[in-house]
Formats: sequence, structure tokens, C-alpha cells
Amino acid sequence: MSAASSSGNVIRKYLPVYFVLLAIFFLEVFLSFQHFATGTLVVILLLLAISSASLGLMYFMHLAEERRALFLTLIPVTIFVLLMMNMFWSDSVRLLHMRPGAQ
Amino acid sequence: MSETEIAAHGHGAVMEESPYAIPSRKLTMWMFLISDAITFGACLFSYGYIRVSTANWVRPFESGSVINVIAMTVILITSSLTMLGAVDAAKASDKAKTMRFMYSTMVLGTLFAALHLREWFLLFERGITLSSGLFGQAFFVITGLHLLHVISGVIALLVVEMWYSSGRLTPGHDESTGLYWHFVDLVWMFVVPLVYLTNIAH
Repeated sequence: MSAASSSGNVIRKYLPVYFVLLAIFFLEVFLSFQHFATGTLVVILLLLAISSASLGLMYFMHLAEERRALFLTLIPVTIFVLLMMNMFWSDSVRLLHMRPGAQ
Repeated sequence: MSETEIAAHGHGAVMEESPYAIPSRKLTMWMFLISDAITFGACLFSYGYIRVSTANWVRPFESGSVINVIAMTVILITSSLTMLGAVDAAKASDKAKTMRFMYSTMVLGTLFAALHLREWFLLFERGITLSSGLFGQAFFVITGLHLLHVISGVIALLVVEMWYSSGRLTPGHDESTGLYWHFVDLVWMFVVPLVYLTNIAH
């Protein structure tokens, strides 16, 4: 591959990912104008955002092309830490209502 | 292990191969990005819980703001594509093309920051500030942290580009900076739906 044509090729290669990311984003905008309950909307949008982020991570950041050891070192740990936040943030919300001892 | 080998590669490189087969610079960038992801994760988790558990939450975004955020998102995703082009051109040692793609990325990043600030000033005019309540605090802290990353990214791209074109840095530095830029894009994919799209005025 010549140097001159290389970056043109890489853009063509990742153009489908680019369009899928845009499509997911426009789907999110469309869904946000539908009358879902807030909790439902947050969950749906979060799932779509995770899909977009996975595509960005695997293709734009080339994690799919790296050794699997890198993926296994970085991603499960990150997901674990983020899920653990779920444990204490839900508890801290009680403070908003000034009922620290409430069940 | 000979003294010459140690002098050339250092102890670690001589003793064992990297388990990830990537340069330490790139691994360091990944570590930084993971810690940054956890920082944003904490902000977004706290926002999410406050948002869902608070009645009468402010929904300030109307059609003008939605169009603004659509433009911002398209610009940022496009800048990731130009960044891919820059890194690839750098690997192919095509400095002219690397510069063109890097400058395109910087222009798109600057445009994104300008639209971001425009949105902020529109909210200021409507009395929504950092001290105006839970929504203001959450919105300006999260988007402010992201905007700080975008501005830092544009400055980093400028510095790396200047040093790369003068031969002080290698394509590997472009690649590490590219990882950072894609990460900024990735975070935005969570900020938009959670902070903007759940707060559209119906």
C-alpha cells in the first residue's frame, strides 16, 4: 500500500462504523421525543450508548486488533468498578431526602 | 544478559516480552483512559440516580438545543474519523497528510467547543447556572469536565502535531494522542443521551 493512499483506505474501512454510530445517535434523539417514563428512557438510552461506546472502543480505538490480553485486563475491571459504584450511589440518594437511616 | 543488551533495551525488555505487545507509552495511555472512564462513570452514575429520584426535574432543552447537540455530536464523531486518517497517515510516514488530518481534527474540536460554549451561554441567559440547583450543578460539572477534555485534546493535538512534523515525536505519539481523542468522543456518547436527551422539554 502506498503512503499516499493509506489514510484514504482507513477512512473507507471505518466509514460503516461511522454511519452506524450516527444511526444509533439519531435513534436516541428519536426515542427521546417519545413519551417514555424517565427510568425506562434512561435504560434504553444507556443500552444504546453502551452499543455506540463498544463500537468506538473496538474499532476507532482498535481494541479488537490488539491482543486479547489487553482487552481482558482493561475492560472487565472497568465494568466491575462501574458496577460497584451502583452499590454505593443508590445508597447516597437517600441523603437527598435527608433520611440517612431510612430503609 | 550482556551489559550491551541492558544498555540498549533496559532490564525489562531483555528479560521478558511485553504481554500486550504494545509500547509502554500506549499502555500508559490506556491506563489513564481507564481511570478517566471511571471518573466520568462516577459523575454519570451520581447524575443518573439524582435525575431519576428527583421529582419536578428541570427540562430546559428545546428544539434549538437539540439541533445544537446534533451538530456537536456529528462534528465530534467526524473528528474521530479524521483522527483515524491522521494516525494512519503518520504510520505511513506521510507527514503532509498527517498534518491535514490533524488540523481537520483540531478545527472540528474547536468548533465543538464553540457550540458547547454557545449552549452554556444560552442557559446562562435563562438563569440556569452552576449554583441554580441540582440540574445546573450536574449539567455544568459533567459537560464542563468533558469540555475541559476537548480543549486539552485540541492543545495536545497541536503540540504533538508540531513536534511530530519537526521530527521530535514518532507516529506512536500520534497514535496515543488519537486514543485520547477517541476516548473524548466515546464519553460524549454517554453524556448526550443522559444529560441532554433525557431533559428535553415536551
